[in-house]
Amino acid sequence: MPEKYVASIDQGTASSRCIIFDQAGRIVSVGQKEHRHHFPRPGWVEHDPEEIWSNVLIVVAEALDNASLSRDDIAALGIANQRETTVLWERRTGVPVHRAINWQDTRTDHLIHELEGDAGQDRFRDRCGLPLATYFSGPKIRWLLDRIPGLRERAEAGDVLFGTIDSWLIWKLCGRHVTDVTNASRTMLMNLETLDWDDELLDAMGVPRAMLPSIQASASVYGETGTAPLAGVPVASALGDQHAALVGQTCFSPGEAKCTYGTGSFLLLNTGEQPVLSASGLLTTMGYKLGEDQPATYALEGSIAVTGALVQWFRDNLGLIGSAPEIETLARTVEDNGGCYFVPAFSGLFSPHWRSDARGVIAGLTSYINRGHLARAVLEATALQTREVVEAMNADYPVSISGLKVDGGMTANNLLMQFLADVLDVPVMRPIVAETVSLGAAYAAGLAVGFWPDEDSLREHWHKAAEWLPRRNGMAVEKGYRKWKKAVARTVDWVDEDDEE
Amino acid sequence: MPGPIQSIERAAAILRLLSGRSRRLGVAELSGELGLPKGTVHGILRTLQQVGFVEQDAETGKYQLGAALLHMGSSYLDGNELRTRALNWADALAARSGESVRIGTLHESQVLIVHHVFRPDDSRQALEVGTLLPAHATALGKALLAHHRYIATDMARNDLQTFTSSTITDVYRLRRELDEITERGWASDQEELYHGVTSIAAPIEDRRRVVVGAMGISGASERLCDDASPRPELIGYVMETARAVSRELGAIPW
Repeated sequence: MPEKYVASIDQGTASSRCIIFDQAGRIVSVGQKEHRHHFPRPGWVEHDPEEIWSNVLIVVAEALDNASLSRDDIAALGIANQRETTVLWERRTGVPVHRAINWQDTRTDHLIHELEGDAGQDRFRDRCGLPLATYFSGPKIRWLLDRIPGLRERAEAGDVLFGTIDSWLIWKLCGRHVTDVTNASRTMLMNLETLDWDDELLDAMGVPRAMLPSIQASASVYGETGTAPLAGVPVASALGDQHAALVGQTCFSPGEAKCTYGTGSFLLLNTGEQPVLSASGLLTTMGYKLGEDQPATYALEGSIAVTGALVQWFRDNLGLIGSAPEIETLARTVEDNGGCYFVPAFSGLFSPHWRSDARGVIAGLTSYINRGHLARAVLEATALQTREVVEAMNADYPVSISGLKVDGGMTANNLLMQFLADVLDVPVMRPIVAETVSLGAAYAAGLAVGFWPDEDSLREHWHKAAEWLPRRNGMAVEKGYRKWKKAVARTVDWVDEDDEE
Repeated sequence: MPGPIQSIERAAAILRLLSGRSRRLGVAELSGELGLPKGTVHGILRTLQQVGFVEQDAETGKYQLGAALLHMGSSYLDGNELRTRALNWADALAARSGESVRIGTLHESQVLIVHHVFRPDDSRQALEVGTLLPAHATALGKALLAHHRYIATDMARNDLQTFTSSTITDVYRLRRELDEITERGWASDQEELYHGVTSIAAPIEDRRRVVVGAMGISGASERLCDDASPRPELIGYVMETARAVSRELGAIPW
């Protein structure tokens, strides 16, 4: 039998990519294309769903071309996607009724306050695991139903459908209206116990059940692709990008954790087959469900808004470095941070604090501080924020994190990775395939069609590309973390009533 | 204040001619252009060659601008930048070859390791980023020296240290090997630093075609060699990957 491959679509916030993997989990080929962002008003962020769909077809064709492969070589197609981004389209024509509302879009801010009422942001947490926040899809659907005349009636009649990007792509690929548990868990509409839409949540949010997709496993043959260039290939997985990374890092055992370091950073901890409600400011979310007859795995998630974005800010807004990697060179011109701490609460503090009234602070400034110290403080902010999330995880979950698997662009920074190992006091490991999001979607699709037999066979593909071990310098680390917490305390209560707009 | 120094003026005139359209000129052509005796031009060229400002082509005997000069005229490539840009390619090389990957830059007469990917077999390995290796006894070093001859010339002033019985300590042999490396585009070290370990490396160029680093694989000789010479398919992987990173560096920085 000729060698077969799995194709994986990663429909991300900035671009769509298709990566083709071989049976050993190695990258064979890549196609990539960026799409436009629309900013109709301050705080509003939209994509054109039709543009995303046509880009997906282009990158799939490009990836096939680059490796001289055809649809006959592809055993399955998997999908990983930007989470929470909301698309509404007409069932009959398949035409979107509005541009996709991106997860970063804050237009539902007022609606969120309305929904909080007296109960506060944790009003729905025990059912859906999430605090009320502008990211999640449910409030975005409600906003569209409230604003577009006649839309609610058509949605109630099942003529207008909702989907996150996975649903939209599966609809276009094979004409079925489905989503997976991980994407459904980001809507605020799914009950974490039943893994079905929750009537009380639908009621409170004002979303009719008739417009919602059916919820399936993350690894499942949803249908066959009906269009070139992959006509006839089974569409066999869907996962939100961070959940896909958890699978790509093969964090299949309870207690295993991964953190993806990009513009922002997302730490997910596998908590096994029971949801763990957080008392420490984390999100309870799905890990994955690798087969309709397999148990669902849950996760705790810590979201850090500003990590790589702070390095970009340092480059673009202060101009102290010419490119992001140069921050390491600048940081190495000094021995330590000189007592300087940088808390990048640019739009408030996220996990585990959730303080929208906080703003950024550089603390500990003296006449001694130079740009090298600032560069160190910028890098250390990423590691120290990770420590806060890990401490919250250790408080919510009985077993402490004993190692962290990392991926994403910032893992190229050795100084940061070593500091991260020191601050967390656990080994930090980078896998040999850095594209863990695409790999996770490929793994799930491959499991669904029997391309790979089981999770253990996937674990064998995971190889350490680098490892940073904690150095014994406990005193200095603990003092640094204490100072960091003092700096964090100085960020809150900054925004006043009359600061808005 | 003393007047201009004549020999510096003449050296500058030679460099200006070499930076012109033809780029490669012989002693006769230069002396004709400048109206100076061949012996004078030759003497100046020899000094310029020693400091790395010009290089002599081994085949034609003609002179061209040297790498040291090219480095001075442009900001050098940051090692952290090189690692970031090469990251995915280095991972892919390790996955394909099954061996550990290192990227190095020249640091005086040594190779500074700026990136290291573990051999993908989950054995216990330690990151070597930041360590220095002797240039004359490593594939990475020789790939770099082949394109930075002035450093090799400098090194020859001191004894080349012996690490194993295979280490090249003879300056003329090293020079001949560097010629071969320039010719074929890859370097190897066969147990020249450690017994039982072979390495293969190829140079990385930036968009001005200046060699800014080298990358390669290392591992047990029985895996990397057939009949005492490096396996052709592994050489192919290393050269393809180094070319891919060079292409990456030719693109617009992100």
